Amino acid sequence: MLDALSDKFEKILKKLRGQGVLSEQNIAEALKEVRLALLEADVNFKVVKDFIERVRQKAIGQEVLQSLTPGHQVVKVVWDELSDMMGRERAGLSLNPQPPTIVMMVGLQGAGKTTTCGKLARLFKSQGKRVLLVAADPRRPAAGEQLSALGRDLGVEVHRHDQAHATTKDVVAICRAGVERAREQGFDLVVLDTGGRLHIDDELMGELVAVKAATSPHEVLLVADAMTGQDAVTMAGQFDQKVGLTGVILAKVEGDARGGAVLSIRAVTGKPIKFIGVGEKLDALEVFHPDRMASRILGMGDVLSLIEKA
Amino acid sequence: MGWFQRLSDGLGKTRSAVKQSLDRFLGRPPDQALIDDLEASLLGADLGARVVDRLITQVNEQARSVSGTTVADLQNLLSQTLYGVLKPVAGSSLEELLNKGPKPFIILVVGVNGAGKTTTIAKLAQRLSQAGRRPLLVAGDTFRAAAIDQLQVWADRVGAELIRQRHGADPAAVAFDGIVAAKARHADVVLIDTAGRLHTKSNLMDELRKVKRVIGQELPGAPHEVLLVLDATSGQNALAQARQFHEAVGVTGLALTKLDGTARGGILVAIAEELKIPVRLIGVGEGVDDLQDFNAEAFVAALFGQPAGAS
Ligand SMILES: Nc1nc2c(ncn2[C@@H]2O[C@H](COP(=O)(O)OP(=O)(O)OP(=O)(O)O)[C@@H](O)[C@H]2O)c(=O)[nH]1
Ligand SMILES: Nc1nc2c(ncn2[C@@H]2O[C@H](COP(=O)(O)OP(=O)(O)OP(=O)(O)O)[C@@H](O)[C@H]2O)c(=O)[nH]1
Ligand SMILES: [Mg+2]
Ligand SMILES: [Mg+2]
Repeated sequence: MLDALSDKFEKILKKLRGQGVLSEQNIAEALKEVRLALLEADVNFKVVKDFIERVRQKAIGQEVLQSLTPGHQVVKVVWDELSDMMGRERAGLSLNPQPPTIVMMVGLQGAGKTTTCGKLARLFKSQGKRVLLVAADPRRPAAGEQLSALGRDLGVEVHRHDQAHATTKDVVAICRAGVERAREQGFDLVVLDTGGRLHIDDELMGELVAVKAATSPHEVLLVADAMTGQDAVTMAGQFDQKVGLTGVILAKVEGDARGGAVLSIRAVTGKPIKFIGVGEKLDALEVFHPDRMASRILGMGDVLSLIEKA
Repeated sequence: MGWFQRLSDGLGKTRSAVKQSLDRFLGRPPDQALIDDLEASLLGADLGARVVDRLITQVNEQARSVSGTTVADLQNLLSQTLYGVLKPVAGSSLEELLNKGPKPFIILVVGVNGAGKTTTIAKLAQRLSQAGRRPLLVAGDTFRAAAIDQLQVWADRVGAELIRQRHGADPAAVAFDGIVAAKARHADVVLIDTAGRLHTKSNLMDELRKVKRVIGQELPGAPHEVLLVLDATSGQNALAQARQFHEAVGVTGLALTKLDGTARGGILVAIAEELKIPVRLIGVGEGVDDLQDFNAEAFVAALFGQPAGAS
């Protein structure tokens, strides 16, 4: 179904490109297909609406309609707008000159936080940095053990203090102690693995606020699942509003999800996408490429080469 | 606040907008602004552009062709259409299956990473023990870090036995052990956990096929239920998940988790329509009691509000 859509989309674009003169009617038809492609990719419907409106405004502009290759121009407008929204930066993560750099991971249940902590630890360890992982999820069964197991595999230390009925105070204490230890023992990076929680759970969101206040992290990263649907905007918006984010990591990108959620998350938070997770193994972490994600969302193998051929 | 309340609240704004416009439209067919509102709320519930386009076409037709159509009529039309799609997949409850089914009754639990498989197994085990059955858990996720420990913690909490091997063991071998143990110990129900896997990874899907095959060899007719766990937060990709898991291991039931959030699991409609797999359970929290049977009527009402007349 998704493939059929992108085929159709490519055909429409081809038709547009082949057209000497473009009418507003042509453009409207093409944009209808673009809209469908974005919705099928789980881009939030409000984001889609704004996007299409912006593209329409630009596409019916004089420069486009009167250019020698109007079809080409429309494709380019779509592409440019999409890449703009995605952010052009290739962000990654840089360590603070004054160690330790403190990173706090947050997100919904099962998004991929713990695994991503392991991935970051591996990445920085390979650059010769000393990393401390902090098990800040004392509640989910064996969450601490999961982080410890990753630490053992990597040869990275894990700060952990399991408690059966941990309160917010306990979680804050664990995180504070972890950061303190990192400072005293000269670690370069300390990563706090908080438990999964719903953005509407005020008590647990408050716990994140408390952890943040107690540890002053340099980065608060939202880990989001690439398969997330329309709710991505509410979720990311709430995490940003209530806790304050500095960036986003998108996990489980290697499947066939189009990952439109990333566009919605960018649109509501404006925060950079730092990395993508492309597998369960700890080496499966890549720096985010906005252009690749753009072509993935539209479902076109390689939009850039299409544009170049036009 | 219950999940139903939350689901309804999520669409509350749309519903009240609909109610307000009722006055404006009284006696006249609804206008484009209303249709747009409706479309937005349907898309927002993850019903997907195709299902939504179809529903909107229906609404438009009715509004145009039947004079005197009210907004409430349209709301009813939508509820009824969706109910028509979902009612058949409300199917038998797990309890009914167990009552009819053989002993031991083998349930293989599958799904993508982080969907909620292990937690759903724990909740099920709790429910079964409370109903006086003897569940046996099988730690078939030998891949993810501490996945076995996670299930062990749950097994201890709900007082169920767990069959496990070491991390990295062959999942089919663990499943085999589970069946053998279930027969020897006269367990009523066997709940087999598996590692999360993306439906696009063919080697991992092959591994799952093998697990199923081995179960069937050891106990002909088993597994008696292949339960696919889907995350309600997921969007259109859930349809691809359902298709691929179904093709690989023949899914016989669905569990929709994380409905306690603000996501609405509308993708279930497209899945129900295409694959017609019964929805057995919904997950509404992380606690061991946060499991309910699926109820098509409540689900539709939560998506659209109560049908006109009922509220
Ligand atoms: N395929 C794939 N799986 C991933 C990726 N990142 C994480 N996972 C898997 O997703 C599942 C959940 O990951 P976790 O790291 O436990 O997620 P979490 O956010 O810590 O979960 P909670 O702590 O329970 O909220 C596990 O099965 C991971 O192996 C990824 O990039 N690709
Ligand atoms: N809010 C909420 N959280 C849930 C629900 N079901 C499961 N979870 C949480 O989701 C996260 C993932 O659940 P798991 O049961 O570990 O998921 P899984 O499918 O076994 O994950 P993998 O084995 O890593 O693929 C955990 O933090 C659970 O507590 C639910 O119905 N509501
Ligand atoms: Mg975790
Ligand atoms: Mg599991």
